[in-house]
Amino acid sequence: MNIQAFLDSLPIMGWGMLGIFIVIGVMMVFVLLFSKLFPVKNDKETK
Amino acid sequence: MNELFGNIFNFEWPMAVMWAIGAILIYLAIKKDMEPALLLPMGFGAILVNLPLSGAITQVFTTGTEEGPLTALFDAGIANELFPLLLFIGIGAMIDFTPLLSNPKMFLFGAAAQFGIFFTLSAACLFGFDLKDAASIAIIGAADGPTSIFVSTYFGSKYMGAIAVAAYSYMALVPIVQPPVIRAITTKKERLIRMPYAQKEVSKTTKILFPIIITVIAGLIAPKSVALVGFLMFGNLIRECGVLKNLSETAQNALANLITILLGITIATKMQWETFLTFETLMIMGLGLVAFIFDTVGGVMFAKFMNLFSKTKVNPMVGACGISAFPMSARVINKMGLKEDPQNFLLMHAVGANVSGQIASVIAGGLILNLVSARL
Repeated sequence: MNIQAFLDSLPIMGWGMLGIFIVIGVMMVFVLLFSKLFPVKNDKETK
Repeated sequence: MNELFGNIFNFEWPMAVMWAIGAILIYLAIKKDMEPALLLPMGFGAILVNLPLSGAITQVFTTGTEEGPLTALFDAGIANELFPLLLFIGIGAMIDFTPLLSNPKMFLFGAAAQFGIFFTLSAACLFGFDLKDAASIAIIGAADGPTSIFVSTYFGSKYMGAIAVAAYSYMALVPIVQPPVIRAITTKKERLIRMPYAQKEVSKTTKILFPIIITVIAGLIAPKSVALVGFLMFGNLIRECGVLKNLSETAQNALANLITILLGITIATKMQWETFLTFETLMIMGLGLVAFIFDTVGGVMFAKFMNLFSKTKVNPMVGACGISAFPMSARVINKMGLKEDPQNFLLMHAVGANVSGQIASVIAGGLILNLVSARL
């Protein structure tokens, strides 16, 4: 058991989870923006 | 006679253990339909590389070195991370992001369900793995074979074979791993939460811009993830652009199948008994399971957390789909929802969270590369 290595790795966990929520959050905002800027009714070739 | 049969005397009993492991992988692929496209080539490859003085892998003799084709393939396609990336073009071309684009809230579950990766990284450090190996092991929790191979190659982990076996095995075991974990941390009342689904159309412009902007965002924030995300999104752009139908079909079928064949058998070069039959391999299998469990916990607990503030309640089981393992996890959750309440159709929400997990797991891989590289 390497307690020190475990403690040293905890910031990676913190930054990693923060980082992933930031990246995903920004992506989510862009998708919401796209749905406002490019609604289906203005798009001739929609699904 | 010795010239004809002399190689038999090079046999060592651990080779037979690896043959048995190879046979088990082939059995699971054929009889249990567990990720057969990967486990079967890996199983056969495990036998192939563990034959005495196998000509399939590079052998060093006193007279010189004989290069084996599998070693050459490994150097050409995995050591430089090419095969996982090419496979990502095919995966990107297969994924329809519409359920996610029509319900962007599902993005958050993809992020939350990567918790197992980071938790496992710390757990692996606790058990004595160095940071590079711990990061490679942790990424099993991405529930995404190519990402696991990519990250472990990047860090030059000697456990790549065990990591690939664990990643693909647990992906196939999602129907066994996730339900008990979900039941343990949710109440029946929570599992009965209904989520009505109103199909929203998504414009073609949005579908085309999505892969481009995702690549740019990932590249700006987590530059080491941009190869993974970029190839995934390139495949998706080919699919959604509407003018490259032939290329899209090729990426989804011919390219993906070809790379899968080569990837599976080539990864077996890292399943030689000298490096595979170790206590660490067992630990990696255990830590892989930990990663999947805590991914599931992360997704479910985040859904419960969201329900504290949201008017429209989310069935916490949907959070578990953020694990990636597409589309297995979505199917499992839909089945669990129907088992609790035959009128509770969670499939489309689950698919949304599941494809979000596909993106998030790749980004998590990139973040691991960034964060760990900065500490080396």
